[in-house]
Amino acid sequence: MKLALQLAYKNLLGAGLRTWLNVAVLSFAFVIIIFFNGLMDGWNQQSKQDSIAWEYGNGHLRNNNYDPFDPFTLQDGHAEIPSGVNHITPVLIQQGTIYPEGRMVSVLLKGISPDQGIIKITTASFKTSSVRFPAIIGNRMASSAKLKIGDEVLLRWRDKNGTFDASNVTIIDIFDTTVAGVDSGQIWMPIETLWDMTGLQNHATIAIADSNYTYKAVEGWNFETQKDMLQNLDDIISMKKYSTAILYLLLLAIALLAIFDTQVLSIFRRQKEIGTYIALGMTRTQVVRLFTVEGSMYSILAMIVGCIYGVPLFIYLNKTGIGMPQASQDMGFSLADKIYPIFGIQLIIGTILLVTISATIVSFLPAKKISKMNPVLALKGKLQ
Amino acid sequence: MNKTKILNPIKMKKIKYILAIITIATFGFVMQAQIISAEKIINKVDDNINSDTQIVVSDMVIHGKRNDRTITSKGYSEGHKKSFTEYLAPAREEGTKMLKLEDRLWIYSPSTDRTIQLSGHMLRQSVMGSDLSYEDMMEDRKLTEMYRSKILSEETLNVRNTWKLELVAKVDDATYYKRMIWVDQERFVPLKEELFAKSGQLLKKTTMSNIEKIDGRWYPKKMNYKDMLKTGEGTDFIVKEIQFNPKIPVEIFSKGSLRK
Repeated sequence: MKLALQLAYKNLLGAGLRTWLNVAVLSFAFVIIIFFNGLMDGWNQQSKQDSIAWEYGNGHLRNNNYDPFDPFTLQDGHAEIPSGVNHITPVLIQQGTIYPEGRMVSVLLKGISPDQGIIKITTASFKTSSVRFPAIIGNRMASSAKLKIGDEVLLRWRDKNGTFDASNVTIIDIFDTTVAGVDSGQIWMPIETLWDMTGLQNHATIAIADSNYTYKAVEGWNFETQKDMLQNLDDIISMKKYSTAILYLLLLAIALLAIFDTQVLSIFRRQKEIGTYIALGMTRTQVVRLFTVEGSMYSILAMIVGCIYGVPLFIYLNKTGIGMPQASQDMGFSLADKIYPIFGIQLIIGTILLVTISATIVSFLPAKKISKMNPVLALKGKLQ
Repeated sequence: MNKTKILNPIKMKKIKYILAIITIATFGFVMQAQIISAEKIINKVDDNINSDTQIVVSDMVIHGKRNDRTITSKGYSEGHKKSFTEYLAPAREEGTKMLKLEDRLWIYSPSTDRTIQLSGHMLRQSVMGSDLSYEDMMEDRKLTEMYRSKILSEETLNVRNTWKLELVAKVDDATYYKRMIWVDQERFVPLKEELFAKSGQLLKKTTMSNIEKIDGRWYPKKMNYKDMLKTGEGTDFIVKEIQFNPKIPVEIFSKGSLRK
């Protein structure tokens, strides 16, 4: 095996530019695979952390009639806050309409306690505000409705009986979050104010659980765990992973095709060499192994070359992050303006194995032909 | 002298007492008269505008930011509870039908060949992008059942003498807490209506014009509905043809007529 490795190494270096072209393409595929997977893992981890911190907490206790994917359930999807349940922050969600500059914009009015500390919405600012209808919004909402701190905007809502009411609300704070689920099309108000506005005293649509919450069944309410809520995010990321896999697998296929071609050409052009190896006492299997090792050594060289330019690149990206376009941040899930890729050991080892094994297989396939070669004809360099 | 001094205040008190009773009684009588009067006006308007059955061909002109859209429809109604509307133009809306029976509303779309029932929040959506919601069209209770009314003042509106009526909700579930209606004193036709939120914020305004006498009734042939919180010119509802108390076959107000 040692001899095979030595010979393979010398043969590869002897091939010169041909080898380095193959290595360059394969190293590029290697770096791209790690980059894309690292980006997805970084996005996944960042989104999960942000979603927990801004929206999910330790899970949601949801009114049975409320379906977060069906806005029509908001009308009836609330009930009195269940008694005897501790470590929760109730949130009442109602529909409303704001009219910034005469435009009609539908919004979700979310009432939350100013004293809560479970999620990062800056509700403490309600305590210092003296206006009658204080409201806080996220940066996306502020930008889409062209609102800034101190602005007053006309809000129209309905009370519990369906009677219209309208008044100006004052934007007292704008929070900066990556989680569109608490930002886009939403206005946060003190829950007591929303209760007074709607007449739904002590009612809540959901309740956000903190880390000390222990589940016990409450009639009319479902508990959705943090894990259940993060499942959607996992599903989105895994779907994205599959779609990006097409791109880098195509690149890998091109690199492997190059190795395959090189191997076919080597076996064709080096028939005399193969005959000599057998004449000198090597078995056909040993020659096949030599050529296979030669092919798989491309992947080892590709890894070394990939590390030379890939490692500094990855370190740089890990520190500075990758900017995401503004438009993509308005999607319904958490997406930061910068994603910091994570290059875990599992990812790197997985990629090494993928590239090495696939390079070995494509090297072995043409090398198989050697086992059927007639050594005498091979020595003479005749076509077989 | 002392006796006189003692009696005078008693007399004075009596006079004051009687005057107070007369004032309260008169005020109460006037108030009562006004309540009856305001209600009478509303009832007279109701009698003038509404009939047992109606067939109306109308244009709904939706004024948009860039352009206007005109939707022509033919509507059949029986009282406040039953109505059937078929859209005739433009081609995109042609064949769309709407049936309202009591508090239920169905819409048939010919492009999908499906009938859907609107309920809950869906009724709060705008009708074909206009300033009217399905809910506005669904209201079938009489104003006198929902509102306590009084005459606020007499005003001249477009050279017509009007009563300005204030209607304040007496039921909890009225969509609009307060309404102001200007009624033509001679013709018993509303000329303007303003709808208010609980806070007093003006939400919607309806202006009636082109008042014509049709079959012995004064009827506004043009109505402009305007959401006052939005910019824009609102939605015009123009009556092209109207028949009062025609005979409408019973099957018109059935789900079967939606697919015909």
